[in-house]
Amino acid sequence: MALNIASGSTSHSAYNLRSTYSEVVERHTLAIIVDNEPGVLARVIGLFSGRGYNIESLTVAETDHAGHLSRITIVTAGTPQIIDQIEAQLGRIVQVREVHDLSAEGPAVERELALLKVAGTGDHRVEALRLADVFRARVVDSTLSSFVFEITGTPEKVDAFADLMRPLGLQEIARTGVAALSRGARTA
Amino acid sequence: MDGATQMTREMTGARMVVQALKDQGVDTVFGYPGGAVLPIYDELFQQNDIRHILVRHEQGAVHAAEGYARSTGRVGVALVTSGPGATNAVTGLTDALLDSIPIVVLTGQVPTFMIGSDAFQEADTIGITRPCTKANWLVKETDKLAQTLHEAFHVARSGRPGPVLIDIPKDVQFATGLYTQRADHVSRYQPKRQPDPAMIEAIVDAMETSARPVFYTGGGVINSGPEATRLLRELVAATGFPITSTLMGLGAYPASGPQWLGMLGMHGLYEANMAMHGCDLMLNIGARFDDRITGRLDAFSPGSRKAHIDIDPSSINKVVRVDFPVVADVADALRAILDLWTARGRRLNASGLAAWQQQVAQWRARKCLTYTPSQTTIKPQYALERLEALTRGMDRYICTEVGQHQMWAAQFLGFEDPNRWMTSGGLGTMGYGFPASIGVQLAHPDSLVINVAGEASWLMNMQEMGTAVQYRLPVKQFILNNERLGMVRQWQQLLHGERYSQSWSEALPDFVKLAEAFGAKGILCKDPKDLDDAIMEMLAYDGPVIFDCLVEKHENCFPMIPSGKPHNEMLLGEASTEGAIQAGGAVLV
Repeated sequence: MALNIASGSTSHSAYNLRSTYSEVVERHTLAIIVDNEPGVLARVIGLFSGRGYNIESLTVAETDHAGHLSRITIVTAGTPQIIDQIEAQLGRIVQVREVHDLSAEGPAVERELALLKVAGTGDHRVEALRLADVFRARVVDSTLSSFVFEITGTPEKVDAFADLMRPLGLQEIARTGVAALSRGARTA
Repeated sequence: MDGATQMTREMTGARMVVQALKDQGVDTVFGYPGGAVLPIYDELFQQNDIRHILVRHEQGAVHAAEGYARSTGRVGVALVTSGPGATNAVTGLTDALLDSIPIVVLTGQVPTFMIGSDAFQEADTIGITRPCTKANWLVKETDKLAQTLHEAFHVARSGRPGPVLIDIPKDVQFATGLYTQRADHVSRYQPKRQPDPAMIEAIVDAMETSARPVFYTGGGVINSGPEATRLLRELVAATGFPITSTLMGLGAYPASGPQWLGMLGMHGLYEANMAMHGCDLMLNIGARFDDRITGRLDAFSPGSRKAHIDIDPSSINKVVRVDFPVVADVADALRAILDLWTARGRRLNASGLAAWQQQVAQWRARKCLTYTPSQTTIKPQYALERLEALTRGMDRYICTEVGQHQMWAAQFLGFEDPNRWMTSGGLGTMGYGFPASIGVQLAHPDSLVINVAGEASWLMNMQEMGTAVQYRLPVKQFILNNERLGMVRQWQQLLHGERYSQSWSEALPDFVKLAEAFGAKGILCKDPKDLDDAIMEMLAYDGPVIFDCLVEKHENCFPMIPSGKPHNEMLLGEASTEGAIQAGGAVLV
């Protein structure tokens, strides 16, 4: 999103009002291993909001209780320079132990879980159940007029399933955000 | 006693704070008491190793701690209460963050069981200070207090230095716990220090062939310590490459050195900015390509290859893409460069360098700091020239506030050594200089400490006169009084159609009477003929002085890179500003 700045008016400011680097925006998935201490998540999120970076999705949970470690998975978007900056800025947070750009470090698997509530009767209900089967979504709650489906997959798969459910009576959707691991034997 | 009890001792949290400060070698704490830190103040009362300096406002405490830190290279400490005490510290914390100054700020907090209840003098200190600290901690258990204190000092001084804060609830101060000694504290935070040898080799390759090299140094050299300064001077002397510095880095290379170009940037010297623009190899050592340095980015030093040494990986490629990034401590990187370049026979491009030095001499000959002298009014530049002439060679520390006077001080005063120049660079905090000068004077009781100020900045923390007088600190407040917000006025003249919106002061105090009201000495000077005597009177007085120097009210600070212009389009003086003024909606600095 570019501001409408009249040409010539940049000479009235010492700041560089126009971005020098206009490049393709890329989507990257970052895995951040942090000390599981109060305030670490706030510091990570504050970094994104304070410096104007983008968060498309964020998940966090303790992954190593004995080691007091949590894993934060952030999906972000930016030019390559911005992505490098994000990694460097994350890396200097005192409680951040490791930062991995899963999109850059090699193939990775990404999964997201979503719950979708679909209400309806008759043909819509039958069609919803049939499509759920196609998408390998599971029914985790059912009434005579509604289903709650659980679906796991890439964000794109979840999007596609949600799009199909919309005309069939989609009421609510809850998504976990992306969890991701690199493929193969290497860690993080 | 067995080993375990020798290593840890049971004591109250309040005593732990004082004990940890002693363990960390702290001799001075700047602070202001209040309800939530009373137990710590009670402990301070009962000992004599740590001196507490009572400031008059918590912002003053943090700036004083910054001044102490910058002039000593050690960690500065401030102690303030909860709520307003903590919020008043925010400007100082932000200032220290942007200028990478190691300070530890201790704040009191309401008791743990009252946190979140909107208790009296409660603020979410950790939340408020998170973006303006390198790290901060709320300590909820007395057993964890000592190790958190040691970790705080370690984090503040390690890697890229910066401010840290520890929020200590009052019940944690009263409760007892086990004290961990400094020697027993192990930190996981160990930033990378050693440079990549391949990159050092690439830099040496470039140095050997470069025809137009320039060193561009910053505060990182000074933060790295005396060894970095020594190595920098050795490398500059051995190569003969010209060297410029940011505002933050002044003194790392002596102003009297033959390769010195002067400060660069928006109000930097012509020769420095032209060398940056025209160089073929830029060696950035501990600087960060700040927007006041680069000017227009797409026209910044277009023909150069760039090396960047910085201990903070996030500084590299943040605004300017560089060819040779080195994440390392400045001293380690400089040593590696010197060693390799020496081992390879100290080769240089002699013919190229000779031509470059000739070019630099031509730029120097423009004498860009020339101003129109006056017999009747004191020009601010003249005041600083005389101050420099009358104090050169003295054991001298200079602080500044923010604005025109700050830039003139950087241009007209010569800094021969590091840690002698305390100024708010990144944040540009008016009100920084006076409390900073108090911190400097406490660290260097026998030295001459001068705060070069503008009257508007100085008034922002004038309450610290009480501190200066109470502790008999002979700080010299050298106020260039133009009854204006000079830098704002300059921008309004050059860029906003001479509409001087709110940039003058109508009700200034009589500074001489103000000094006397505090029990200090005031000196008024308005005639250039009296200036030398008045400065000598200021220097001779053993106590705090407010020097009210009435200067030309409409003087502009030049050279100046107009906004949005590259380095080679500087304005050198009043005549050259014509045509640079453009009408239209503007975005002020």
